[in-house]
Amino acid sequence: MSELMVKAEGVQKRFGRLEVLRGIDLEVRRGEVTCMLGPSGSGKSTFLRCINHLEKINAGRLSVDGELVGYRQSGAKLYELRENEIARKRAEIGMVFQHFNLFPHMTALENVTLAPIRVKGVPRSDARNRGQQLLQRVGLGDKLDTYPVALSGGQQQRVAIARALAMEPKLMLFDEPTSALDPELVGDVLDAMRQLARDGMTMIVVTHEMGFAREVADEAVFMDAGVVVESGPPADVLGSPRHERTRAFLSKVL
Amino acid sequence: MSASEPSDRRTGRPDEIKAVPVRRPGRWIAAAIVLIFAASFARTIITDTGTNKGFQWVWVGHYLFDSRVLHGVWTTIYLTFLSMVIGVVLGIVAAVMRLSPNPILSRASWLYIWFFRGTPLLVQVLFWYNIATLFPTISLGVPFGPAIVHEQANSLITPLAAGLLALGLNEGAYMSEIVRAGIISVDEGQTHAAQSLGMSRLQTMRLIVLPQAMRVIIPPTGNETISMLKNTSLLYVASFTELTYSVTQIYNVNYKVIPLLIVASIWYLVLTSILYVGQYFIERRYGRGFTRSERASMRARWLSFGGGKQRR
Repeated sequence: MSELMVKAEGVQKRFGRLEVLRGIDLEVRRGEVTCMLGPSGSGKSTFLRCINHLEKINAGRLSVDGELVGYRQSGAKLYELRENEIARKRAEIGMVFQHFNLFPHMTALENVTLAPIRVKGVPRSDARNRGQQLLQRVGLGDKLDTYPVALSGGQQQRVAIARALAMEPKLMLFDEPTSALDPELVGDVLDAMRQLARDGMTMIVVTHEMGFAREVADEAVFMDAGVVVESGPPADVLGSPRHERTRAFLSKVL
Repeated sequence: MSASEPSDRRTGRPDEIKAVPVRRPGRWIAAAIVLIFAASFARTIITDTGTNKGFQWVWVGHYLFDSRVLHGVWTTIYLTFLSMVIGVVLGIVAAVMRLSPNPILSRASWLYIWFFRGTPLLVQVLFWYNIATLFPTISLGVPFGPAIVHEQANSLITPLAAGLLALGLNEGAYMSEIVRAGIISVDEGQTHAAQSLGMSRLQTMRLIVLPQAMRVIIPPTGNETISMLKNTSLLYVASFTELTYSVTQIYNVNYKVIPLLIVASIWYLVLTSILYVGQYFIERRYGRGFTRSERASMRARWLSFGGGKQRR
C-alpha cells in the first residue's frame, strides 16, 4: 500500500504534432480529493484519460498505487503490458464521463451489474443486491428497471457513478461530470460526489464547479496549456492565486 | 356563450379545445382518384371474362399447392436460410477484420469485399458450379504441408455446396459493409466506458457495441434476406429446382406460363410477408432503450387522415 495513489512525473502527451500535455508533475494521496481546474483545451481531460490508460503517454512516468500505468519495468527497460493486464488495472479505477456514456440498451440496474458479473465474476444475485444498494444510495432506488433514455441527465450521471462504484474502485476519475447537465440537476450529482468524498474515496475531479472545489477538495490544481500552473489547498489557489494566469481564469469564471 | 367562456365555471380549469377542423378537400379527391384506379386494376386482374382470359385463375389454384411447387418453395426457404447464416457470419468476421488495427487483416477483408461485390452473382454461381474444371482435385490441410482431405472436386462440390458457397460468399461481402456501418454508428464513448470498467476488447464488442449496432444492421439485413429469397432462383444454372425453376419445368410441359408465374409470385410474396413479421419483432427486441414509445404512430396516422389533427 503506497501512500501516494497517483504520481505523475514529467508526463507528456502528443496527438500528432499537437502537444497536449507538456510535462505534468502531480501527486494525489490516498483518500484525498483533487480538483483539476483550467480553461478548456488545457489538457485536464487528457491527463485523466492517461491515468487509466485510455490514452498512452509519450514521455515521463505515471503510476497508480505504486505501479506504472501501461508498462512493467524490469531493470532499465519498460515492457508494454498485455491487453488483459491493462484491463485488470482499469477495473480498479472508476471513471465518470461528461456525457455519462451509459449503455442505452440496458436498464439502470443492468448498467450497474454488467461489469461486476462479466469482469469480476461476481454471482448474478450478489451483483443485483449490491447494484440495488448503490442505486438507492444515489437516490435512484425506484429507477432500477428504467432505461437511460427515460432518465434525466442528472439521474443518468448518478447511475454512471453507481456503475463505476459497483467495481469497488480504489480511485475515481470524474471528467467534467456536471458540464452537460441543466443547472437545476447539478446539485444532485454533486451531492452524490460529496457523499463519496466523505466516505474516503480517492477522487480526481475535472470540473468548472468552483464552489464544489472550494468545499470538497483537499487539493486544487490549476492547469493551462498542458502544464500545472499552480496547486495547493483550494482556499489558496482559488482565494489568493499567486499566478497571473490563474487570476485571469478565475476572474472569468467566478 | 360557451365559446367565449375560456374555462369551466365549476372546476375553474380551461376547457378542452373543440374547434371546427380545417377542410382538406384535396386529400379526399386524391384518395378517390387512387381508389378508382386501384379498383379498375383489381377488376382487370381478378375477372376471368372478356379480354382477360390470360390470367387463368383456375390454373393458379390448381398448381398453388402442387407437390413440385411446394418442393420448390421448401428448397427456396432452406437455401435462403443457410446462405444468410453463412453471409451474416462471414459479414461479421469481415467487418471486424476490416476495422482491425492489423493492416494485413484489414486489407485481406477489403480484397474479399472488393472481389465478391465486384463480380456478378450469376458468374460466381457458374464459377463454383464449374470449379472441377479449374481444380480437378481439392485438398484441405496444412498450407504447403500434408493434406488431410484429398477429394475429387466433383464429389466434394455438390450443386448444394456450389450454391451455398456462391450465395454465402457473395452475401458475406455485402453484409460486412452493413455490419461495419452498424459498428461505426455506435458512439466511441460506449467503448471508453466499457474499457474503463475493465472489459476486454472482445467483451466490449460482444456486449456493448454489437447489440447497439444491431439497430442499424437489422433493416438492411431484412432487405438482404428478401433479395436472397429471390436470388436463390439464380441457382437454376446449377440445376437446383427451387421455386422459380420448378414452375418453369411445369410450364415447359403444359404451356400454362402466366398462371405458373403467378403461382411463383404468390409464394414469393407470402415468404416475404413472413420475413416482414420476423423483422418487426427483431427490431422491437433491439430497439429497447432507444425509444420511449413509437408503437401508436401508425394507428395515429390512419385516424388523423380526414380530420384536422396534425400528423407528427
